[in-house]
Amino acid sequence: MTPALDAVTAAGGGGESPYALSHPDALESEAVHILREVAGEFDNPVLLFSGGKDSIVMLHLALKAFTPAPVPFALLHVDTGHNFPEVLAFRDRVVAEHGLRLHVALVQDYIDRGVLKERPDGTRNPLQTRPLTDTIQRERFDAVFGGGRRDEEKARAKERVFSLRDEFSQWDPRRQRPELWNLYNGRHLPREHVRVFPLSNWTELDVWQYIARERIELPAIYFAHEREVFQRHHMWLTAGPWGGPEEGERAEKRRVRYRTVGDMSCTGAVDSDADTIDKVITEIAASRLTERGATRADDKLSEAAMEDRKREGYF
Amino acid sequence: MSVLSDTAADTLRFATAGSVDDGKSTLVGRLLHDSKSVLADQLEAVAHASRNRGQAAPDLALLTDGLRAEREQGITIDVAYRYFATPRRRFILADTPGHVQYTRNMVTGASTAELTIILVDARNGVVEQTRRHTAIAALLRVPQIVLAVNKMDLVGYQEPAFAAIAEQYTAYVKELGGPEVTVIPICALAGDNVVDSSAHMDWYSGPTVLEHLETVPLSDHLAPLTARLPVQYVIRPQSPGHPDYRGYAGRIAEGTFRTGQQVRVLPSGRTSTITAIERLGRPVETAWALQSVTVLLHDDLDISRGDLIVPAADAPATTREVTATVCHVADQPLTTGHRVLLKHGTRTVKALVTDIPSRLTLEDLSPYPHPGQLVANDIGQVRLRTAEPLPLDTYAHSRRTGSFILIDPADGTTLTAGMVGESFALPDPAAHAAKDEGWDF
Repeated sequence: MTPALDAVTAAGGGGESPYALSHPDALESEAVHILREVAGEFDNPVLLFSGGKDSIVMLHLALKAFTPAPVPFALLHVDTGHNFPEVLAFRDRVVAEHGLRLHVALVQDYIDRGVLKERPDGTRNPLQTRPLTDTIQRERFDAVFGGGRRDEEKARAKERVFSLRDEFSQWDPRRQRPELWNLYNGRHLPREHVRVFPLSNWTELDVWQYIARERIELPAIYFAHEREVFQRHHMWLTAGPWGGPEEGERAEKRRVRYRTVGDMSCTGAVDSDADTIDKVITEIAASRLTERGATRADDKLSEAAMEDRKREGYF
Repeated sequence: MSVLSDTAADTLRFATAGSVDDGKSTLVGRLLHDSKSVLADQLEAVAHASRNRGQAAPDLALLTDGLRAEREQGITIDVAYRYFATPRRRFILADTPGHVQYTRNMVTGASTAELTIILVDARNGVVEQTRRHTAIAALLRVPQIVLAVNKMDLVGYQEPAFAAIAEQYTAYVKELGGPEVTVIPICALAGDNVVDSSAHMDWYSGPTVLEHLETVPLSDHLAPLTARLPVQYVIRPQSPGHPDYRGYAGRIAEGTFRTGQQVRVLPSGRTSTITAIERLGRPVETAWALQSVTVLLHDDLDISRGDLIVPAADAPATTREVTATVCHVADQPLTTGHRVLLKHGTRTVKALVTDIPSRLTLEDLSPYPHPGQLVANDIGQVRLRTAEPLPLDTYAHSRRTGSFILIDPADGTTLTAGMVGESFALPDPAAHAAKDEGWDF
């Protein structure tokens, strides 16, 4: 992760202030403000890190926010057991490179102990909630950074930057605190915690443009590559020991890339020739599908799938 | 989605407001749909859900009403943020609920907005909620208001109905000493004057809602302030490479700082010189409002989170007596004698509510004296005494350093949105001189 290269763009015409911030600078500055607020107000924050692009951007911002000091909080990854191996390798490399502390909560452990049951559809995304909330309670994390963006989904559009969760980690949209100006209220009772979303105001395109500007490294699955996939529910899923392809489904080699990184059982690839960041940006700008619509099976389960999972403590 | 590479000055943050059933969600859905900001899968989901409900046409309100209870009741419960862009401008929309029970969410949306769209039903005209929402927008010093007169189809697209509402509303805003107002006749359901000009109202020659959003001048109308940097976090690596590094990190709230500048640290009042400014790791000579920076000083002062760095020659006064206009946003009331926490910038201090001189009556904007308490959604004037001195600007000078929130120390609830200063009217010196009284209530 390299330092910023772009200079501040002075505003163009229209009689604007010469002190206007460029769009990515404004987003970056706001996100850093949020990261520092949490570091200043909470005793034990943690940053959710999946190796996906949003959490990678979040980590990059955290590295910049506290430089030259180290990032003053640990990372937490909820590993479904169905993660892309190249993403896990990337995760471990980044952690080592920056001397970070990483907590891993394993869904497989919970299945092995009989606490969680494998779902008939094989997806493990909803199973992440229990290991996540257990780890938060056990480690007494009082603030949990998530890479969620409000542009992702309707329920996320309602999310505050600071989102209070009760002792059961539940989200109650009716009881959210009003969030006024940039005055974030981090007060909470013991066993409650606050989910914090520094990228709330970013869109998928903003994230990619920032990745390009900052030359941030990403796992290779975000770029077009040949891969063994099969079709299920109109999505290309990666063949693998997690349970695909099943009978009647046929694996084939295709040139694809991923728009999101998640559990292999429910994260679809898209046909693509975009093998560079610039090509990815062009592709996204022209896409007629949202990121989640294109690639997430679990959000299609019902009209309120995301809301229901968030209420239970999902991120 | 379109690719823009412009400045944040080309981003318009705006909020919507309006009574229940005035068609706000439909307007927002129409705005997103007709500006081609809705992607195929979202539209398909809406079409599918509408079919399931037995509706003939896709219900665009479903694009925005995302929560179960909202869809069940057909109302918007909570503020939602939407992002869209046209080739001319980028937009962040705070879509806020109209129901009186959720007025606090309108306050939330308006606190960062530069423009508010207020909807009225052409058949009903200006109602109490319209006045309430307009008063809140003026109170929060949102510089621009759009009154969207919706459901023009139900009054036969007739100009007189529109003109009467426009006249009544403009007079009301004038009374508030108000923001700039643009009134637009629309039919959100059919899309008249939302993105495309209406074929039914050739008597109207003004902009459509989207045209106005794309072209309205964005200006920080508040008085320019000297520099303010609330210290958020002290960066001390204590590493072999940086044994003596001590940086004061924060986001500049107002003005410009430069290296070599003499600064004063409040509330202690000690002075020093800026030796270096770093913008996220990169040294810079100057830095300005809204940039997140780290400042290094020549002297080893005792500075911590909550302190405010300002120019040595131009420091604001500190005070323990605060007079403010507030909007109460919590279910539990705020009463005289209430002990609260006050968060201003990065500083949180204990405070005591010493007096509640008045509550605003929204119907006629008259002050109701000494109400004893403020309940949810009340707007009023409050006096507080703080446990420590605070360097406060008035809200008329800065939405960032003139605002605060009150917090319940027992459970952390956000109680009240506060704006330092007594006045309600927008700071237009000419208008002030012309009027014989301000909005002291």
